[in-house]
Amino acid sequence: MTEPKISIRNLYKVFGPRPQDVLSKVKDGMGKTELLKDHGHALGLNNINVDMAPGEITVIMGLSGSGKSTLIRHLNRLIEPTSGEVIVSGEDILTYNAAQLRDMRRKCMSMVFQKFALLPHRTVLENAATALIIDGLPQAEWEPEATRWLERVGLSGQGGQYPHQLSGGMQQRVGIARALTSNSDIMLMDEAFSALDPLIRTDMQDLLLELQKELNKTIVFITHDLDEALKLADHLVILKDGQVIQQGEPQHILINPNDPYIMDFIADINRARVLRAGTVMTKGGDTTGLSHEADASATLEDLIAASDGNTNVTFIVTSHGENVGTLSMTDVVKSLVPAHTEVVADFRTSR
Amino acid sequence: MANFDWIFNTLGLREWCDGDGGGGNAPLSMADLLAKASGEAPETSLWNTPFPSMDVLNDACSVFPQSRSVALGLENGFLGIKDSLSAVLDPITQPLSWALHNALWFFETTPWWIMIPLLTLLALLVSRSWLLAAFVGGSFVGLAFIDYYDYTMQTLAIIFVCTLICILLGVPIGIAMSRSDRFQNGMIPVLDMLQTLPPFVYLIPLIFLFSVTEPKLYGIAIILYAIVPVVRLTNLGIRLVDEEVIEAADAFGMTKRQKLYGVQIPLALPNIMAGVNQTIMMSLAMVVIASLVSAPGLGVLVLRGIRNLELGVGLLSGLGIVLLAIILDRLTKAALARVNAAQKS
Ligand SMILES: Nc1ncnc2c1ncn2[C@@H]1O[C@H](COP(=O)(O)OP(=O)(O)O)[C@@H](O)[C@H]1O
Ligand SMILES: [Mg+2]
Repeated sequence: MTEPKISIRNLYKVFGPRPQDVLSKVKDGMGKTELLKDHGHALGLNNINVDMAPGEITVIMGLSGSGKSTLIRHLNRLIEPTSGEVIVSGEDILTYNAAQLRDMRRKCMSMVFQKFALLPHRTVLENAATALIIDGLPQAEWEPEATRWLERVGLSGQGGQYPHQLSGGMQQRVGIARALTSNSDIMLMDEAFSALDPLIRTDMQDLLLELQKELNKTIVFITHDLDEALKLADHLVILKDGQVIQQGEPQHILINPNDPYIMDFIADINRARVLRAGTVMTKGGDTTGLSHEADASATLEDLIAASDGNTNVTFIVTSHGENVGTLSMTDVVKSLVPAHTEVVADFRTSR
Repeated sequence: MANFDWIFNTLGLREWCDGDGGGGNAPLSMADLLAKASGEAPETSLWNTPFPSMDVLNDACSVFPQSRSVALGLENGFLGIKDSLSAVLDPITQPLSWALHNALWFFETTPWWIMIPLLTLLALLVSRSWLLAAFVGGSFVGLAFIDYYDYTMQTLAIIFVCTLICILLGVPIGIAMSRSDRFQNGMIPVLDMLQTLPPFVYLIPLIFLFSVTEPKLYGIAIILYAIVPVVRLTNLGIRLVDEEVIEAADAFGMTKRQKLYGVQIPLALPNIMAGVNQTIMMSLAMVVIASLVSAPGLGVLVLRGIRNLELGVGLLSGLGIVLLAIILDRLTKAALARVNAAQKS
């Protein structure tokens, strides 16, 4: 595996007046509720270990209060950890002094916020250029750069407006343009699309994926929405009560959930639309006499459409032009039902 | 002998009480005088037992000081440090005298045919409203017509200088309060006191500290009284700035100074301006009281109205102050509305 861009090691965060004193209790396994009740400290993060590969979208998912915002704010030290390490591009950023930290925030990391957090008294153009203006560049340099990125996110000609004159979706486009203008490798996005209407949210997700194909940034994306997570994630981290419950390839987590919390999460999603042929296929397999082909990245919904309702079809699954396996429609239909609901269905019919 | 003799008797302190000085030397209290006049010692039942105040205890044991010595002690204490205090405060506050002096000179010597159009134009620039500008011009013409022009200009000059200094001092104090909870907790009682102390009360020590002929005497009184709202609202305004916007400023690497001037002050501006508006209103109230200690302006006429029972003069000058108040209030509010419109989020 390539060297991770961001590496979080044994990270703990305890909120309260004397976090160091109760840290040992947390390390000995005391839970969140107990810590709050007996010691009056809130457990924010509990022994987090995550590697984030360069050029990938790492999605951190969890219910509200699970510590997502706390975690992402450790990456640019908006919040200081109680203990642990945060390594960015090989350097422990916790050793940075104030000037180094500012420099990193200006050049290496940018952030997109849930409620946009634009400066209301500055124009859209000035907002988009925030990082460059802060760095002291003259207008002649920041203006073309900011204009270019505003155009890229679909806001050409709006630079002279003020944020409050734009709709929510357009404001968040400014937020993304602001992050892109800083030209940083890493983009932190804290529930960036959660405040938007569903249709606009889908647009923004498509925009992000399109930009990512072109720019190859290291993106840390936070969401509480599984559909969004599955659409965007290269690497999925699931957080509960400040702890990582499971992390890995999203498709893998979908078919091998290791915790009831995750099973709850995935119970309601449309599996046909998120599971892919490559995930549920049989590796290798005999391809003689098969005529239907499907790409490994095709969703099961695509396969059902391609089979035209014929349940006898078996697909040859290909990736980059090579045969990698086979997948029968029977398996496609089976995998539409998650493992644990299968058990429930059995139970019902046997009664 | 009085009610609490027995305490000193049982404690065996009688000799100590009567020993040095003796009861006869202390000045008589009012109660003693009354008792003497009526010629009989007051018989007190248990029901009427007096509170063991200093005067009553002094009755029983003359070593005890009388209550008037508290006021006397305070006064002597103040007089004791007065010289060193004014030696420090005098030079620091000298610029205030100088500023008031010059502002008064400027407002008084500029001819009316420059001043009135100038003020009207200023009103137009600030409010962008012809109606308000016309009202301002009309008010000054009216006041000048009844020969109150000079008084009005004096009051305006004092308000101008005092408000300016309130902003120059109050905004930084408010910013400091917003940055430190400890400083805020220390300042709030001070601000509460400044605001609730009857304005006449802090004229008294000021009279002792500074010469009555110096303008800074009333300048300080007005500033102390009027600075509170601008401090409070600056603090509040900065604390109310959207948490996420501050986070964004940090996340993009702003320095503290960039954050203060680029984000916090601009976003707190509506609140700061509301504070300035109140500060102006309070200095206008104080400028009348300050006439007691030689502040010129419309307040002098109000005082004349009270002192000589000149009803007409009192009412007219009161009306003049109301007009000034309305003008200054509307102008600052118009400016505030423009700031608000520019940055609603
Ligand atoms: N400043 C703070 N002081 C005390 N507790 C906090 C603080 N910030 C967050 N927490 C607690 O940490 C937990 C995680 O919060 P957060 O990271 O905001 O969750 P999420 O973003 O997943 O909704 C919550 O239980 C919250 O109460
Ligand atoms: Mg959150």
